[in-house]
Amino acid sequence: MDILRIATAGSVDDGKSTLIGRLLYETNSITQDKIEALESASKRKGLDFLDLSLLTDGLIAEREQGITIDVAHIYFSTPHRKYIIADTPGHFEYTRNMVTGASNTSVSIILIDARNGVVEQTKRHFYISSMLRIKNIIVAVNKMDLVAYSQEKFEAIKAELLGIAEQVSFKGQTLQFIPISSLYGENLVRKSEETPWYDGATLLDTLEHFSTQNSELSTIQARFPVQHVVRPKTEEYHDYRGYAGKIASGTFLVGDLVEALPSGQISKIKTIEKFGTQLESGNAKESVVITLEDNIDVSRGNMLVKVGEQPESRKEIKAKICWLDSQMLTVGKTYLLQHGINRVKAKVTNISSVIDIKNMSLSNEAPADGGLKLNEIGWISLKTASPIFADKYEENPANGSFILIDESSNGTVGVGFVE
Amino acid sequence: MSTFSEKTTVYQANDSSFPRELEDEAIYILREVASQFEKPAILFSGGKDSITVVRLAQKAFYPGKIPFALLHVDTGHNFPETIEYRDWLVNKLGLELHVRYVEDSIKQGKVKEETGKYASRNALQTVTLLDAIEEFKFDACIGGARRDEEKARAKERIFSVRDDFGQWNAKKQRPELFDMLNGKIELGENVRVFPISNWTELDVWNYIKEEELRIPSIYFTHEREVFERDGMIWADSEFINKSEDEVPYKTQVRFRTVGDMTCTAAVLSTADNLDDVIGEILSAQISERGARIDDKRSEAAMEKRKQAGYF
Repeated sequence: MDILRIATAGSVDDGKSTLIGRLLYETNSITQDKIEALESASKRKGLDFLDLSLLTDGLIAEREQGITIDVAHIYFSTPHRKYIIADTPGHFEYTRNMVTGASNTSVSIILIDARNGVVEQTKRHFYISSMLRIKNIIVAVNKMDLVAYSQEKFEAIKAELLGIAEQVSFKGQTLQFIPISSLYGENLVRKSEETPWYDGATLLDTLEHFSTQNSELSTIQARFPVQHVVRPKTEEYHDYRGYAGKIASGTFLVGDLVEALPSGQISKIKTIEKFGTQLESGNAKESVVITLEDNIDVSRGNMLVKVGEQPESRKEIKAKICWLDSQMLTVGKTYLLQHGINRVKAKVTNISSVIDIKNMSLSNEAPADGGLKLNEIGWISLKTASPIFADKYEENPANGSFILIDESSNGTVGVGFVE
Repeated sequence: MSTFSEKTTVYQANDSSFPRELEDEAIYILREVASQFEKPAILFSGGKDSITVVRLAQKAFYPGKIPFALLHVDTGHNFPETIEYRDWLVNKLGLELHVRYVEDSIKQGKVKEETGKYASRNALQTVTLLDAIEEFKFDACIGGARRDEEKARAKERIFSVRDDFGQWNAKKQRPELFDMLNGKIELGENVRVFPISNWTELDVWNYIKEEELRIPSIYFTHEREVFERDGMIWADSEFINKSEDEVPYKTQVRFRTVGDMTCTAAVLSTADNLDDVIGEILSAQISERGARIDDKRSEAAMEKRKQAGYF
């Protein structure tokens, strides 16, 4: 059984919670006691309808303010696959939480209120989804019941968004538009009779047919960051030396010639193991232990790659960055850069441009106040203390991103995408 | 219920195969714990979720040994079956087990035994836990909590940083991007780690079945003295203050979740094997934590406990 990870963003007003609630309900993923708890909580709030946001907005502060602040993870499954929804906030102030929630997903559902059409938040969500290179975008035009299921309205929204797509979309990204009503379940699980002009699939049907991120990651160049060296030193496994890790991308086969980075030493894969079971191959996202024919120098933070497929060794890095902290990113400051599991010191040498995500316009000048602020996205250059073996994010998302850690607070303050 | 007046399609999750990707993810997390921390421990309750975590740790470091000790915070109100199981598992895998008792925290005057009908030591164990963390200098505590259990847990990170007082601050959580985990902390702080965050109750059961794991017998049907309170079935025990009209009787029950005897309700069941247990969960109208008396205290019961240092 595979897993499809989805990001949703938007505010309660867009009907996001109702949409999620409906998916849970129709896939039998919500139990009677939870529905009853919702009913009584809705009544306490003085509402005469079922407030499904109470299901996803799990924090006291969120329920008080009626907005989503942090990412919530919601689970449902069909006979076909398991789904994980990262439900993220839509407000500008919580952009960082949207980026966080969407970072692990391969589908993004952008909700639009059919009455309001494309708004600033729609553009921002679209931009972030594309920045993360989320391959499948579903634009769910919701509340169609309130515009009398007007095809004209739907087409107008579609046309406007396609215009935006020309600026922000990337090659290979798919964009699907679905007219829905979460409230009445139109085109969610059941094909609507109200939209005879729409000949596409329902939302759930669309989700059921997407390929997962893993299957795509397995087809690109293989990268194996070593997390942990297994050396049992018992009698039975006296000379055993296994390299434990999760295959970031690609596929490794027993017998493959591999190079260890940074040492550059070469050996051959002897075994690929999972809890003692010997496998013929290992695919992206699988946690395995690899043993080699020769005793070469490999330790935590090193990477095994196939000979002839080495990523670039980089000490000067150009990256797009989304800033997650209230303390500004400034030129000259040193951070800890974590690429996968490998950490190196890195100094910011330049901030070349900032994108105004509200107006989707790019300023080709350094920011006026000298730094990148919370929720801002910009292009920076970094110099690292030792080389990292990263790919361009667009070529290999599993080996092309990093986080920045501020050593004075230990906080994760930025996320970068190698260019 | 005007919103959901009609269910349009009947979908039933009936695929019993476990998504192996979840195991890969959990093993990755456990290996990060071993590398990023000096002295990590697994919080072990004897429940199915912590049993699953121990299994994952076994697989993550094989053929090496599990590099974590187990910590059990004993409320003194445990089901004897879980204690038996705990000792069996520790012995079988050759693990290091530390037990600390809520009873001792009460004797030391650090916490006060609750009184009244709903008296439970569930909330008190937070103090014992924090003391044990300090005593052993654990910098990471691995727990079996899952995001699908409860809405405050749905907001929890995989590496959840707690301050000197063990407190969870929902507004100051570290962003977790892709699979990069940041476990950097100051001395005195610690991290709660949740490797099975993305598993559902059904995933855990399917995993137990596929891995053929032994679990405590109270998860299967057995005859027990019970009584009814607030629409739930309570196991009768000396630890519960019953009123006169709460008369115990014998019936066939099992437990769907295992906390201590004062905070876990039983369900009527004839399931004596894993397939039947899974079948019951698939058709259940009540969620797992619906059987947790501790969650029924208020809408935000879990969030408030977590702020105080609960896991």
